[in-house]
Amino acid sequence: MSGLLRDLLFDYTLRNVALGSALLGIVSGVLGTFALLRRQGLLGDALAHAALPGICLAFLLTGSKAPIVLLLGAGIAGWVGTMLLLLIVRRTLLSEDAALGIVLSTFFGVGVTLLTFINQRGDANQAGLDKYLFGQAAALVARDVITFAILGGAALLLVLLFSKEFTLLTFDPAFASSLGFGTTRLSILLTSLIVVAVVIGLQTVGVVLMAAMLIGPAAAARQWTNRLAPMIALSALFGATAGVSGALLSFTRQGLPTGPTIVLTLTAIVFGSLLFAPARGLVWDRLRQRHRALSGPMPTPVALVESEGSRP
Amino acid sequence: MSSEIAVPLTGVLVASACALLGNFLILRRMAMMADAISHAILPGLVAGYVLAHGPNLLAGFLGAVLAAAITVTAVQALERTRRVDGGAAIGIVFPAMFALGTVLVTSQFADVHLDADAILFGNIEFVAFDTLTIGERDLGPRSIWVMSALCLINVLFVGLFTKELKLTTFDAGLAAALGFSPVLVHYALMLVLSVTAVGAFSAVGAVLVVALVIVPAATAYLLTERLALMIPLSVAFGAAAALIGYRAAIAWDTSIAGAMVSATGALFGLALLGAPRQGLIARAWRTRRQRATIASQMLAVHLFNHESGPERDEESRVAHLREGLRWSPQRTGLAIAGATRRGWVDRDNGRLVLTARGRQAAEQVVAR
Amino acid sequence: MVITERSHAAAPRDLAAPAIAIRDLTVAYRETPVLWDIDLDIPAGTLTAIIGPNGAGKSTLIKAALGLVPAAAGSVEIFVRPYDEQRLRVGYVPQRGSVDWDFPTNALDVVLMGTYGRLGWIRRPGRAEREVAMRCLDQVGMADFARRQISQLSGGQQQRVFLARALAQDADLYIMDEPFAGVDATTERAIVDLLRVLQARGKTVVCVHHDLESAPDYFDWLVLLNVRVMAAGPFAETFTPENLARTYGGRISLLSRLAEELEGRA
Repeated sequence: MSGLLRDLLFDYTLRNVALGSALLGIVSGVLGTFALLRRQGLLGDALAHAALPGICLAFLLTGSKAPIVLLLGAGIAGWVGTMLLLLIVRRTLLSEDAALGIVLSTFFGVGVTLLTFINQRGDANQAGLDKYLFGQAAALVARDVITFAILGGAALLLVLLFSKEFTLLTFDPAFASSLGFGTTRLSILLTSLIVVAVVIGLQTVGVVLMAAMLIGPAAAARQWTNRLAPMIALSALFGATAGVSGALLSFTRQGLPTGPTIVLTLTAIVFGSLLFAPARGLVWDRLRQRHRALSGPMPTPVALVESEGSRP
Repeated sequence: MSSEIAVPLTGVLVASACALLGNFLILRRMAMMADAISHAILPGLVAGYVLAHGPNLLAGFLGAVLAAAITVTAVQALERTRRVDGGAAIGIVFPAMFALGTVLVTSQFADVHLDADAILFGNIEFVAFDTLTIGERDLGPRSIWVMSALCLINVLFVGLFTKELKLTTFDAGLAAALGFSPVLVHYALMLVLSVTAVGAFSAVGAVLVVALVIVPAATAYLLTERLALMIPLSVAFGAAAALIGYRAAIAWDTSIAGAMVSATGALFGLALLGAPRQGLIARAWRTRRQRATIASQMLAVHLFNHESGPERDEESRVAHLREGLRWSPQRTGLAIAGATRRGWVDRDNGRLVLTARGRQAAEQVVAR
Repeated sequence: MVITERSHAAAPRDLAAPAIAIRDLTVAYRETPVLWDIDLDIPAGTLTAIIGPNGAGKSTLIKAALGLVPAAAGSVEIFVRPYDEQRLRVGYVPQRGSVDWDFPTNALDVVLMGTYGRLGWIRRPGRAEREVAMRCLDQVGMADFARRQISQLSGGQQQRVFLARALAQDADLYIMDEPFAGVDATTERAIVDLLRVLQARGKTVVCVHHDLESAPDYFDWLVLLNVRVMAAGPFAETFTPENLARTYGGRISLLSRLAEELEGRA
């Protein structure tokens, strides 16, 4: 254990991986809380997939493989995807989940086409675009972690500044609007911040697993508390815990890839919370039911009829 | 069979099989279940291969269907706890399954066919080389046999159970009352979808299956509201996208599966713009016309409301319309022109007077 | 019961003016008008009920007054100014069903949201705002439930939390969408008392209401709405069988009974 701690502090690779994963966990935990409460959990999934063609186009246009350039492309593509999503939901009879599926899969298809096109030209490996598909947490370097810290820090600062407005928007948009807080502008800001989280996640856990990073920590945190501020804090904590312990697990065991390990750790936290969280845990529900069934005498049909009859 | 025939044929078969089921996912608002299932079959597929010591088709199938069943059940169970909503339930389950699959792949088989690219993009390029042989006889590409069988299963499923699918989709309560269990139909649909997803997975990969299931059906939905028409249209769009994608991929030397999906997207985009009723262009055109009609109607109703009061002279001045209704001069002009053309108003030195027909129109509009 | 008093420079002049003045308002959803050419004045200081059949556009009318839905034509003024300039003088109680009551928040936090308008962007509520919120909760008899998670409140208690939130807005005009819908008798009593207190303090209250039987006891001004204004005026004068029949198209059986009752009263 102390050896592991020493590695965590002094092993260059592990430290970067753990720090990067923790940052991702915190940022996506905080923003995922709002996404979950607005019932937009899967928006992150769509945004992550939609980012791929952006990464490829950014590379094709600039020839640069600098993460910041590629991530900018990812952000822009995620944005275009969101707009298209809104267009489909508002202007056609298709439902929101159909719109999500359409944007997610066709953008990804275009991305795959572009990626293969780049591959065939023979310079994809230098560009290393593939790593955004599955994420390469294990390959995070100090510069990546610094980029994450700046991006994520800015996003968290904005959430802190606008926490009152975001809460209002999430709970009661009509009331927010009647008070003069422009809900369209606020939604756009919030979605943009989710794009930032996705951008960080792409490099760490990859396209497919990003959905879990946004939904998991928040869904787990919701079970432990009935207030928003503690929920956000817990969600960040769960995200960070999953990130660090996933990084440590994959570091100590051969053949455990980092991104999937983070997601599996997170899943364990989610199910643990769903089952055992104090007030909302399903296990306690079941125990209470059984206790009730055992303690009182089973109501016989006659007793049931009587109690029905005696009701005012 | 050469690749030039085997690849597009496989594409058309995969797309058709997927599109058939997609119709019901779109109508049931369960499109994202296709996303969940197509990702979640990975650990089952891999576990099947592990147990069979190699990429054995049947073992993979069984494992994948089992994994899909676990996923569908888990999503439903999570939703039923009411601790999380439906979207979140999907978003919790499928990444976990996919992560499990990835871990299995890297830990169990660094060397077998299931490399990272195959999981995400499939390998339709190579279907011609993987042939089915019985004894010494070469029966042609295996994928053609598999996908033909899947197509047949789906055609039979949709054909035989149209009534049940339709009823449980549009009125689950009535279906249950008539003795068709919506739950049973749901699980049957999910089962067929999982089997299809497994077959398609090896050809086009996890994410692109989703496109082939949802997008052609969504495109058809933009064009018609009749199920009997929507189903053949969706299959046609799926098949067309497969062929277009194949040609384009050859021309530009890129991923065939990716190009096929891009083609489904392009067809959807065309329908989104040009569909006769739901399309954006038709809608914009209709909105314009409707606006003009409503402007004339508003004018008629306005004059009608103020016809008998003492404010009549003031309210019917053309200049007042701009101030009172807050209309632009252009819009005011349009409304007056429209109402005049319909014979609803007459001009009487600077004032507008409602005709008998105009009065009738106004009464009709506000009566409900 | 204390409501914090504020003075408005414009108040004395305003009082003569209508609280809400609507001119030639047409509102359309997806290019289909749901309100046609509404002209309406609601005098300041009244307790006004907006009554009409389902789909008459009652909620739409108040949403248009609050600038929540755009007008296809016409204008709305609150105390002779556009709504944008008068936000702080208007308190809004949306329909209870319009929010997710499983949201992780407690009664006090919801009421605190009423102070956000006055706080403006970014500034956070402090101790003063918390005190206001507590006082407002107390006013609707919910002080004991301040820390209760909102899903653990009954429907009537949730409605009272919404009312307290509007009180925390400390407004001159309160616009409420079906405040009496699905509440228990205690809450109904509490709301009526509150309306009276507000009126005594010179506030104006406008409610969308659906219960014809209770309306005469609660309100003193009436707007009958069915896509357009069918009648508006002092309650007793406006609540006539003819007007009701015109508004409801003679569709409800209750009407004939009410008509008899009214005849009896007269």
